[in-house]
Amino acid sequence: MKAKFLVPLAIFLALAGFLGYGLTLNPSVVPSPLIGKPAPEFRLAKLDAPDERFGVEDMRGEVWLLNVWASWCVSCRAEHPYLVELARSGGVPVIGLNYKDESDAALKWLRDHGNPYVATVTDNDGRVGIEYGVYGTPETFLIDRDGVIRYKHVGPINRDTVRKVLMPMIAELSSAG
Amino acid sequence: MKPRSKRLLLLGSAGALLIGAVALVLTAFQQNLVFFHTPSEVAEGKAPQERAFRIGGLVEEGSIMREDDGYTVRFAITDTAHVIPVTYRGSLPAMFQEGKGAVVQGILGEDGLFRATELLAKHDENYMPVEAQFALDQAHKAQQTVQY
Amino acid sequence: MIAELGHFALILALVLSIVQAIVPMVGAAKNRIALMSVGRSAAHGQLLFIVISYVLLTYAFITSDFSVKLAASHSHTQTPLIYKITGVWGNHEGSLLLWAMTLSVWTVAVSIFSRSLPEAFMARVMGVLGWISAGFISFTLFTSNPFERLLPAVAEGRDLNPLLQDPGMIIHPPLLYMGYVGFSVAFAFAIAALLTGRFDAAWARWSRPWTTVAWIFLTAGIAVGSGWAYYELGWGGWWFWDPVENASFMPWLLGTALMHSLAVTEKRGAFRSWTLLLAISTFSMSLLGTFLVRSGVITSVHAFAVDPARGLYILALLVLVIGISLVLFAWRAPKLAGGGSFDLVSRDSSLLANNVLLAVVTGAVLLGTLYPLFMDALNLGKISVGPPYFEAVFVPLMAPVVILMMVGPFVRWKRDGVARIVRKVGPGLLLSVVIGVGWAFAIGHVTWRTVLGLSLAAWVLLASAKLLQERFADRPGTALAVRLRGIPGGWWGMWIAHLGIGIFIIGVTMIGSLESHIDVRMSEGQRAELGGYTFVFRGAKFVEGPNYEAARGLIEVFRGDRPWTTMTPEKRFYVASAMPMTQVSLDIGPFRDLYVSLGDQLDAETWLVNLHIKPFISWIWAGCVLMGLGGIFAASDRRYRRLAERAAPADAARQAG
Repeated sequence: MKAKFLVPLAIFLALAGFLGYGLTLNPSVVPSPLIGKPAPEFRLAKLDAPDERFGVEDMRGEVWLLNVWASWCVSCRAEHPYLVELARSGGVPVIGLNYKDESDAALKWLRDHGNPYVATVTDNDGRVGIEYGVYGTPETFLIDRDGVIRYKHVGPINRDTVRKVLMPMIAELSSAG
Repeated sequence: MKPRSKRLLLLGSAGALLIGAVALVLTAFQQNLVFFHTPSEVAEGKAPQERAFRIGGLVEEGSIMREDDGYTVRFAITDTAHVIPVTYRGSLPAMFQEGKGAVVQGILGEDGLFRATELLAKHDENYMPVEAQFALDQAHKAQQTVQY
Repeated sequence: MIAELGHFALILALVLSIVQAIVPMVGAAKNRIALMSVGRSAAHGQLLFIVISYVLLTYAFITSDFSVKLAASHSHTQTPLIYKITGVWGNHEGSLLLWAMTLSVWTVAVSIFSRSLPEAFMARVMGVLGWISAGFISFTLFTSNPFERLLPAVAEGRDLNPLLQDPGMIIHPPLLYMGYVGFSVAFAFAIAALLTGRFDAAWARWSRPWTTVAWIFLTAGIAVGSGWAYYELGWGGWWFWDPVENASFMPWLLGTALMHSLAVTEKRGAFRSWTLLLAISTFSMSLLGTFLVRSGVITSVHAFAVDPARGLYILALLVLVIGISLVLFAWRAPKLAGGGSFDLVSRDSSLLANNVLLAVVTGAVLLGTLYPLFMDALNLGKISVGPPYFEAVFVPLMAPVVILMMVGPFVRWKRDGVARIVRKVGPGLLLSVVIGVGWAFAIGHVTWRTVLGLSLAAWVLLASAKLLQERFADRPGTALAVRLRGIPGGWWGMWIAHLGIGIFIIGVTMIGSLESHIDVRMSEGQRAELGGYTFVFRGAKFVEGPNYEAARGLIEVFRGDRPWTTMTPEKRFYVASAMPMTQVSLDIGPFRDLYVSLGDQLDAETWLVNLHIKPFISWIWAGCVLMGLGGIFAASDRRYRRLAERAAPADAARQAG
């Protein structure tokens, strides 16, 4: 007779199991299908010099970060100081992909808040963003010397991301080969 | 009535109710589940005919067109690998825009045209519907297995 | 500085909630009055600090302090003041703070209004509420800090989502949270009862008014949310069976069952373990709803942005709170003695049947809501479960509930005769079916659903009339005023709320059967006919709002040849958030709403205009108002007040002696 009082508990635990599993299915924790794959090629106009073009090819042989950002994006604003800090430390070149933005607003934004980017390319219509499977801004990709994506970070990076995730991986990739 | 038989009757009716409810739920599921397919799956003929399902992806740039009657809209939905033409009658939701994620529900015609009865767009511009994102991810995976 | 103060106040509130969670529990175990009473003071202090914290956050929004990230993301200098204030809860972090503040308000209310309860019992109630509060405040602080800085500050904020810039959204979340969180009181009472082993009619009497008040808030919250969806989303629907809506509806269903179960437990001492289980599950459903909305496991138009860390934290909270409660239940509940016995044909059993049916309906809604998740977890494909499933399940399961709901009040407690009941309700039921069929023919829409809906509605109205007549016939010869005063508030509450369900069903059935809608392309001077009204389009002009620009259409409506009204639907563009919005124009009437919105602009002069006629939609809202009103009558029943007055001296005497 006592067993029937355990039924609600059993039902709940089964439910909780599914919910827990459901969390792992969350799109932002599922590793991007792009990881371990070559970074999609692009040749886009530079933000500060629209006549010049810049692409993945130009970074071959270097370990670098591709940061997707926009001037309308508040979270980008939040991660910006860490990018500036990272760029100043000289550990890794950062390329900006200015996503669905207006060039004037983007240039003003860089003037106001500092420019951590070695180069920024404009992806005004978001085409390249689609190729990279961008959910929203900001997103950051770590790309190795052979142009292969090694890591993808969705959302703003912070000091912890830089120290505990990005720096160790960058160090490892730079020393390898 | 004896307590024993009363108890049996109570348990019996509770059991009958439960079985009835389960049967109801199962039939309702069977008739009303809407499956989700990516544009690639539709292009490969994996999607059902004559049964409603959903397609998620991006509304292709420059594809939204209104026909002369003013009600019918034609557009295409893509996961960047395959493109599915869609028609819909009525007003587009405010957040339904070219180049943005969307999910459409409807029936696939034999002519390969998807007749949508419902359009869903996320109410926030930063994020796209999860189903649409899923379709894009799947297409990326597929393309990479082919290319590399 | 302000934001740091707010953050600090929240940390102090957390400390106090932990004190409240532990000290009174220890006091109750060791039987030390001094320790027990700490719970109360801790709760009051906690409310003070949460309110400070909340006010400071609101201040950051009002003063457009965009060095606070939350304000930068959800406010704008041009946002109207009222939406700056409500913008505080139009996002994940701020709404969590509102959740915690609501819980604190409830806790303090319990500590004030339940002074008559035995001190040891009260200490445990305070302790349980303290645990929940500590869980939620720490969730806010550690995963969703609303005071996070954005340094250096941005010049301009991104504005509140325009969908939330609406009067309905001003009151919807606070009402809903008062409801959700209010069930924590019944929950805390249940856990305290399990801990002390004190579980009797008195327990049920204490819990009842609290549960009823929470239910009133939840009813109002759901109704307002539904009204918001009706005119703000611009599709003219009022209920979508969206996961987030279901998340609020499931606690409502179980809460309804709990109210009735508590009534039986109070009056007859029966169903004790069932009532306990319901008290636990109702609050569990509130927590589950919070999880579903905030974890991102289920997608919905209303869901907050996804963050797995938050999902994990709240799942852990869920498992702890519900898991421990159910373990406690499995351990203690079997020791409860059986309570009053009753016959198969009795009011007790009809209430039990409805209780079980409501629980089954809740289960079916839960299953439909989580089914996509199950399928995904088992790798069976991505699916969605739409309104057709919920309607197919909900209608047949709820129909017997509605029938029984109006049979029950005619049945005697404990034991009754089948023949007597058939005599009482049989003719009314038959007549209802006749009316239902006739009604359906009269409106020219004969489907099984319309006939069923209208018959049910007729049954509720007929039975309500008969109940009232019997009640008045009770004491013949006395003056009307005396007889009126003789009827307790609880009875009126039941009568009004049940009548409200009848009105609600009329609204749902009529709108489902008769609603009509056309999309017309219109340029200036063109006319369209729908449901006896003529709509003439007078063009659209550009207007500027405080934080948006809009095209405002002008549509003259005629009834026959007579001018009826002028309608002005808008297509807005909110500049800061770059979001387009449809602003519906409504002409509200008792038997139909005219509902007009602007669709796409086809060329310079031509618009696609959506015209809807929504018959009897007001009856849906009126039904909800009656349900809430019934709740208010039930909660204000004189018995509860007398109980408090009577118990107070007794308690004082016990403490003195």
